[in-house]
Amino acid sequence: MDGVRQASRSEEEVKVAELDARGIHYKELNEKIRSLIESGYEEIVLNGVNGQRYIGDGLVHNVRIVINGVPGNDLGAFMDGPRIVVNDNAQDGVGNTMNSGVIVVRGHAGDVIGYGMRSGKIFIRDDVGYRTGIHMKSYREQVPVIVVGGRAGDFLGEYMAGGIIVVLGLSSDSKDLVGHYTGTGMHGGVIYLAEEIDESKLGSEVRIFQADKTDIERLNALLAEFSDLTGLDVSKVDPRSFVKLLPVSHRPYGNMYVY
Amino acid sequence: MPDRFLPSEFIVNVDHQRCRRCKRCILNCGFGVFDFQNMTTADSSKCVACHRCVVFCPEEAITITRNPLAFREHASWDVGLRKAIWKQAQSPGMILTGMGNDKPWLNIFDHLLIDACQVTNPSIDPLREPMELRTYLGRKPARLEIEYDSQGKPVLRGAVENNIMINVPIIFSGMSYGSISLNAQRAIAIAAERLGTLMNTGEGGLHEELYPYANHIIVQCASGRFGVHSKYLNAGVAVEIKIGQGAKPGIGGHLPGEKIGREVSGTRMIPQGTDALSPAPHHDIYSIEDLRQLIYALKEATGYKPVSVKIATVHNVAAIASGIARAGADMIYLDGFRGGTGASPAIVRDHVGIPIEIAIAVVDEQLRSEGIRNMVSIIAAGGIRSSADVVKAIALGADAVAIGTAALVAMGCRLCQKCYTGNCSWGIATQRPELTSRLDPDWGAERLVNLVNSWSLEVKEVLGALGINAIESLRGNRDRLRSLGLDPATNEVLGVRPAGM
Ligand code: SF4
Ligand code: SF4
Repeated sequence: MDGVRQASRSEEEVKVAELDARGIHYKELNEKIRSLIESGYEEIVLNGVNGQRYIGDGLVHNVRIVINGVPGNDLGAFMDGPRIVVNDNAQDGVGNTMNSGVIVVRGHAGDVIGYGMRSGKIFIRDDVGYRTGIHMKSYREQVPVIVVGGRAGDFLGEYMAGGIIVVLGLSSDSKDLVGHYTGTGMHGGVIYLAEEIDESKLGSEVRIFQADKTDIERLNALLAEFSDLTGLDVSKVDPRSFVKLLPVSHRPYGNMYVY
Repeated sequence: MPDRFLPSEFIVNVDHQRCRRCKRCILNCGFGVFDFQNMTTADSSKCVACHRCVVFCPEEAITITRNPLAFREHASWDVGLRKAIWKQAQSPGMILTGMGNDKPWLNIFDHLLIDACQVTNPSIDPLREPMELRTYLGRKPARLEIEYDSQGKPVLRGAVENNIMINVPIIFSGMSYGSISLNAQRAIAIAAERLGTLMNTGEGGLHEELYPYANHIIVQCASGRFGVHSKYLNAGVAVEIKIGQGAKPGIGGHLPGEKIGREVSGTRMIPQGTDALSPAPHHDIYSIEDLRQLIYALKEATGYKPVSVKIATVHNVAAIASGIARAGADMIYLDGFRGGTGASPAIVRDHVGIPIEIAIAVVDEQLRSEGIRNMVSIIAAGGIRSSADVVKAIALGADAVAIGTAALVAMGCRLCQKCYTGNCSWGIATQRPELTSRLDPDWGAERLVNLVNSWSLEVKEVLGALGINAIESLRGNRDRLRSLGLDPATNEVLGVRPAGM
């Protein structure tokens, strides 16, 4: 195939393909990725990615995709299985409605990260924009996770119905950990924040609690995984000082109606 | 003070001379009206006039009448308004209701008349000549370019977008598993397959048992993304992005936790017993550009299946539709303000949106004037009650119509408007197993097939009278409609001349 360089990492015997994405439209790029997967490649390295949307969209395969460059919107939307690593920033819509898999961004990410995601993990090394984790939900043993190394913008975890969001606040700037309207309409799941935040930042459907023993164990495990995958040093982060946001009700709008 | 100011709306009367105490009414009523203490008793305050008991009483012993209780008449304070105040004064909250708008707004379909041929242009006899109702949904090329091969045979140049063929220009509208029962969805799926048309999952995901019908199913992707995953998106023939619904434009949906049992939770992929909250907007769509992004995300995820965008018809519908067409949608599903719902605040159902008739006409006109009508098929829904409405909707500019309420009525629905209670005695808008089991999917499917076949016969008959032999030639053919009793401004908006002109 054009622009594909084959290689294999012999220690693990993984079939790796490298693909030069420069100047290729997303449709063609995704077609190439699909056909490489069909030919049995287990790892695909995309070089020179520059804003192509929908990379990994709808893929249900157990494949690893490494992206060198900045992928466009809706990275890994509807995906169900793959592991994607971005060695740069990502744009909006990372992991939109994803069902399983892992997305690692070694940089910043834009707005609407993990919208409606049902399972899998998203690790963003630096900051995320507005509307992260809106309407995340868990289902049976599926529990979606988003860990943000930096800070998050407004509407974090709005309408959240399940899953775990962690914000570490390790950004270089001194802005607040989260924006306004955090957890508005939240009715399931949990948001962990590395430090106490002002109540004025919260939606009226959530309350602040101190992280307990189970939380700390869970956070330690997630932090280790996060650090391993993003390369960010989390040694200064102490889960014991974390707070968690929980919904006050699983049915925040149960009393809105008369019959 | 009394707990309720509200008198019973209906009076249930059991004729004890006739009653043979079989207790069938007790089993049949989903609302718990009947009881048995030495004889059959009825608590009228619970009656919603769904007539299940009346139909199933073997002795015709039950009569239901409107409570004749006289309210002091007042021209500007109709009884409904006073009752709403009493309810809300008793407990705070929005009045919830089900089904479609029941207010006596002007129904434009009932003010449109269809033309017919006489003397100077011959009509066609559908008994003798073929009448084509087959319709293709999806994007059409702006023009066809034809080449001739070496044998001189014409061949089409360039690729044509994926289109979906339906045998009749009538599809079933999106009604989710959760708002209606699985048996009701099964009936609709079987009917869609037999008729060669389509059903729509609504926003509740696709139950495993319906996957075999996937070639006749449009899967919906709504703001809550319930049950949306790769396999689901790829199962159907098209994906629909649900932006809005005619009965509740601009608002989200709350399926209460009581209705999220094991099966519904499995299909929606959320835990049992939690409220299923659909946000009012899709939080990844705040603009036409964002809509385009989701349309193409879905196309990428499905190997470029057609994408429909469903909107409620609101004031600016023509401009919005133009944006949707340009965003890359293959179909626009217009849901008029009479469209049904499992649950909606009454204020929204009854007062928000515009009629489907107006929406079809202005959208068709706008897309034509921009030269982009070929880019999308228009599906009209929300108030299609008869084959006459089908003909008028298509003549106003729709490619096909979708029916929801009409389909439910065919399966027993009595428009009692209590769908939101989950107690539907007809086994339709309920998840209670003892109620859902009474709706036999095969029986329901047969009735739906009969209904659509009957309407098809009637549509063909009218096409013949119009001297047209294909439904395509009726599309947007507003010259074959005349209005009666509409004001000049409405005529102009509809692009229809008054009768006599
Ligand atoms: S169904 Fe009719 S006959 Fe049977 S108990 Fe009820 S009222 Fe009597
Ligand atoms: S579906 Fe059932 S509850 Fe809803 S209006 Fe019809 S009969 Fe009543």
